[in-house]
Amino acid sequence: MPANRFNGHTDYGIGLGLRVPHYGHILEKKPLVGWFEIISETFMVDGGRPLEVLDEILAQYRVVQHGVSLYLGSADRPDRAHLKRLKALVKRTRTPWLSDHLCWGSVDGTYSHDLLPMPYTHAAARRTAEKIRQVRDCLEVPLCVENVSSYAAFHQSEMTEWEFLTEVVERADCGILLDVNNIYVSSRNHDFDPYAYLDGIPHHRVGQMHIAGHTRFEKYLLDTHDHPVLDPVWKLYTHAIRRCGVTATLLEWDDRIPSFDEVHAEALKANAYIAEARQAHAVARP
Amino acid sequence: MPSRAPERIRSTAELRAFQRLMLQAVIRPLARGHRAQRRWSDGRPAAEVVGSFSVANDRLSALERIEIYNRMYWFRTLDSLYEDLPGVRAVLGGKKFMRLAEAYLTRHPSRSFTLRDLPARLERFIRTHPRLSAPHTALAADMAAFEWAQVECYDGAAHAPLTPAALAGRPVAKMRLGLQPQIRLLALRHPVDDFAIALKQGALRGDASNAVGAGPRTGRNSARRMRRPKPERVWLAVHRHAGRIYFKRLEAPAFKILGALRAGRTLEQAVACAGRGVKPELVRDWFMTWMQLGWFCGL
Repeated sequence: MPANRFNGHTDYGIGLGLRVPHYGHILEKKPLVGWFEIISETFMVDGGRPLEVLDEILAQYRVVQHGVSLYLGSADRPDRAHLKRLKALVKRTRTPWLSDHLCWGSVDGTYSHDLLPMPYTHAAARRTAEKIRQVRDCLEVPLCVENVSSYAAFHQSEMTEWEFLTEVVERADCGILLDVNNIYVSSRNHDFDPYAYLDGIPHHRVGQMHIAGHTRFEKYLLDTHDHPVLDPVWKLYTHAIRRCGVTATLLEWDDRIPSFDEVHAEALKANAYIAEARQAHAVARP
Repeated sequence: MPSRAPERIRSTAELRAFQRLMLQAVIRPLARGHRAQRRWSDGRPAAEVVGSFSVANDRLSALERIEIYNRMYWFRTLDSLYEDLPGVRAVLGGKKFMRLAEAYLTRHPSRSFTLRDLPARLERFIRTHPRLSAPHTALAADMAAFEWAQVECYDGAAHAPLTPAALAGRPVAKMRLGLQPQIRLLALRHPVDDFAIALKQGALRGDASNAVGAGPRTGRNSARRMRRPKPERVWLAVHRHAGRIYFKRLEAPAFKILGALRAGRTLEQAVACAGRGVKPELVRDWFMTWMQLGWFCGL
């Protein structure tokens, strides 16, 4: 669904993550980029260079906020002070939608700084959906939740990950940031069919997609964001856009970051898969 | 602390109990070879405790799967301290720095949503655990305070600076001036500013990212071997100008005046803090410089 209520009825195309090593290039060369995704936490500060750069970017580009610390699945209540800071940033960026992860990462005020997987239970889904509603009501902006890559599974789980994702977003009436690379990584780590995952979610709720690279270890895959996108992920992405429609897509590259042009070129590869999906769609509709 | 996860999660309370136990498993210090500790804090096999929630697969045991998160926690937090504290690293050397960082994070796990805040309590920790940094405890603590001040200064608030025109006509004696929040004032016992400049480390902080790095830095190549500075009282203002961080040496009376202004004293009271021996023309020159640097703002 290119434009829907979960992404503020926008049609943003292909975007890039705004990262420190590229600040100079972007501000000097002003490359043509559909949109930038910013990590909210980088700019939840009181002043200084981060906000100066952000304001310069905002004057020239469309920006969408992506967070890593709302911990929507944590049993703790939403942190009011955190939400206040986040809302100030939302007002500054005028982000058409905001995303964070379907995970937890803190308990009793102690933080892991990681995106820890949820036990897939109905009670956890209810609690998470309740928090998503509270956060969205406070921030007054559409919210999309992202599926995380995971390395652990739990005895307590009562359903598959995609059933859990579906239950949460239906209960919260929110959008999905579909991370195709994360589905692939988790499918290999947990031995499930990634296509069954893609087929099993509410496609009309997908407001954005992520693609990224990962690293293959002997016994598991790790979500490292330090490589180009691998072929199986591109294949899965093609399937995702066939099912969900051509959706705002962002390439994540967070470690061993190459030149801006290299990252941009990697992101634009998505255009070929989008064209392929459109062609398949046209053939299917005589 | 629970030693077993609830068998089922039917409520928020059971979800919290599950998350408390798993967080303990994730943030426990690593054993040799970056492996998860084989014993839980109560002496039981860690595999038994972790096995109450984590499922094994045909490639990894239940503990090995949680060990992935355990490693990532330590790699991420140690990497963050490594990046933000090049001066402390240079003072202590790579190995001692890593031991200090591990002990610090064990005692003070992160209480903030952002890794930026990790070093906030390090200076105090160094002073209260001197064995970890001996024989350079005082210098390491000064350096930790200095580097934390840079973190705070880098993205601290800066308000519109007061101009001479804005002050014209106001009664000087009772006037209160705000000091820009981004400015950090430090009274130190070592000239760590000179040492830091010599290290030629950039002041810009890294981006936030939750992507997983390949492993922790060992610190072996962390800094060139340099002569550590000898004790010397220095008073510093760490401040930001045009997006860059600078360190300005202050004379002790100037430091006292700025400290008094920050504490909300009137101009008259603040200048009195400098003591009687300070020449009025010197105080006037200081204020002119500080005004030019835009250090004052409205309260």
